Amino acid sequence: MSVDAAIRVGLGSFSLDADLHVDDGEMLAILGPNGAGKTTLLRALAGLAPLDDGHIRIDGVVIDEPATGVFVAPELRSVGVVFQDYLLFEHLNALDNVAFGLREHGVPRSDARARAATLLAEVGLEDHARVRPRALSGGQAQRVAIARALATEPRLLLLDEPLAALDIQTRAETRRQLRSVLERFDGARILVTHDPIDALVLADRILILEQGEVVQTGTPDEITRRPRSDYVAELVGVNLYRGRADDAHIRVGDAVVTAAGPHAGDVMVIIPPNAVVLHRDQPSGSARNAWCGTVAGLEHLGVRGRVRVRVDGALSIVAEVTPAAVAELGLTEGTEVWAAVKATEIEVFPS
Amino acid sequence: MRRDRVSTERPPAVVVIGAVLAITIFAIPLAGLLLRAPWSSAWSVLSTPEALTALRLSVVTSLAATAIAITLGVPLAWVQARVPYRGRGFVRALILLPMVLPPVVGGIALLLALGKKGIVGQYLDHVGVHLPFHVGGAILAETFVAMPFLVLTVEAALRSTDRRYEDAARTLGASRLRVFRRVTLPMIRPSLIAGAALCWARALGEFGATITFAGNAPGKTQTLPLFVYVNLEAGNTDAAIILSLVLLAISLVVLVSLRERWLTAL
Repeated sequence: MSVDAAIRVGLGSFSLDADLHVDDGEMLAILGPNGAGKTTLLRALAGLAPLDDGHIRIDGVVIDEPATGVFVAPELRSVGVVFQDYLLFEHLNALDNVAFGLREHGVPRSDARARAATLLAEVGLEDHARVRPRALSGGQAQRVAIARALATEPRLLLLDEPLAALDIQTRAETRRQLRSVLERFDGARILVTHDPIDALVLADRILILEQGEVVQTGTPDEITRRPRSDYVAELVGVNLYRGRADDAHIRVGDAVVTAAGPHAGDVMVIIPPNAVVLHRDQPSGSARNAWCGTVAGLEHLGVRGRVRVRVDGALSIVAEVTPAAVAELGLTEGTEVWAAVKATEIEVFPS
Repeated sequence: MRRDRVSTERPPAVVVIGAVLAITIFAIPLAGLLLRAPWSSAWSVLSTPEALTALRLSVVTSLAATAIAITLGVPLAWVQARVPYRGRGFVRALILLPMVLPPVVGGIALLLALGKKGIVGQYLDHVGVHLPFHVGGAILAETFVAMPFLVLTVEAALRSTDRRYEDAARTLGASRLRVFRRVTLPMIRPSLIAGAALCWARALGEFGATITFAGNAPGKTQTLPLFVYVNLEAGNTDAAIILSLVLLAISLVVLVSLRERWLTAL
């Protein structure tokens, strides 16, 4: 199973022009700011907004191609969508929400409900079958929405900002749950998000969309290591490491990163550049991470008026500091510095 | 703090006087009806065959008019809310017209169009469809006057629904008609009920268009409001008052039962 698309949609002065390919079992994240055309792209794939030009093929079968006049209606597409805000039907309980698609595909009511009950159990909500959407928490509603979208066994699953509706506290936890829930689906998956962390943690590949155009595609590692433009650097220019956790200590190469809480096994570590503080001398204080290195490069960020400082050492890290800090510390290439990060600023995800 | 002070501040005296007078205009006629009601003769009035016939006819014709209004009015509301076609504003004015038109004018218009010699009626007459002085005429007159209440209520509800729910249903395999049936209709249910109840209450009280177009034939087109009028004209005041109270009671029941729904639907 694979999805292959060349999406051309014009909306007034805005035009979307994006080519993408997703393989079976692969998760592609479409990352970009608001207004980049992410939702339009997703609606085109779902059949809710027809293409103006280009094509969409699923498993080699054309489902939208204006040049040949092919347009398969959304209800006939076998594309599951988890919408932003989840859009669970308020007049149906969780079980009947999940059974909705099966009923529309002609499955008898009792069979549909039995299947829906199994799906709810798979997302850990078997006790919430009779609950109305209004009474579900954000994370629970998201899992019901995923179960509903997967019930009809679509060949492509689209997720539109699945974490945007959640508050900060529950986001990290829900992101972890989302990973494990999605692992059971073996079709192609496309995640639309404006949050680089979602893309880095959940996706196999990332496509960066800016003003309707693709500016870069690649794996999370490729994109964070080699952002091809200032824009991408600003968007996903985070420090991303893979390491092995032992309680709160995570070994990354020759360095050790100390997180705020315990973790185990292979993990992904994300340190936002603006959380990195640079010092000329070894900083004092117990719970902080501090690594020694030399400045390998300085780069001005036009938009934010800040400076990205690359520090090479046991742990190569990028810091984002003010021009005043650069002057005060006298930073130039080759300067020896200490990079310090609070444990609470470090995000850790199972790999 | 400031907000509290504002909300406890007394309204200007002139406004209060105006409001009280307005309430009086609503309340005085009701009080008159209730105070002058010959309660002792209520049963004898209500149990006369003529009154029962008129009551039954009213119930049957108003329910039929409501059924037609739902069957045709909901599609019309959907088209008005969702299809951006040329002339939509004109059609909207057409829908509003029966609400502002004096019902008797509506009745005359219906008569000229659908009466025995009317532009359409003459052909209907040939194929055996007789509307004036027949039950069908009473139902049509009531539908003409009452349907706008349903169409406008449902149209407003359709405009305010979040259409992304309908998108979600389509990606789950529902055709457009199925989406309407399984998602849109449940979403607008409170408004549909409110609109249907208002429509029914209006149809039940219809007088002018019915008497003009359908006539005043006992058992065929003489609905309760017409029967009340006939009794009043004949000096049969007691019967007129009692039957008026029946209509008043029905209206009150509709309003009270709708109070919650009105608030949530509009």
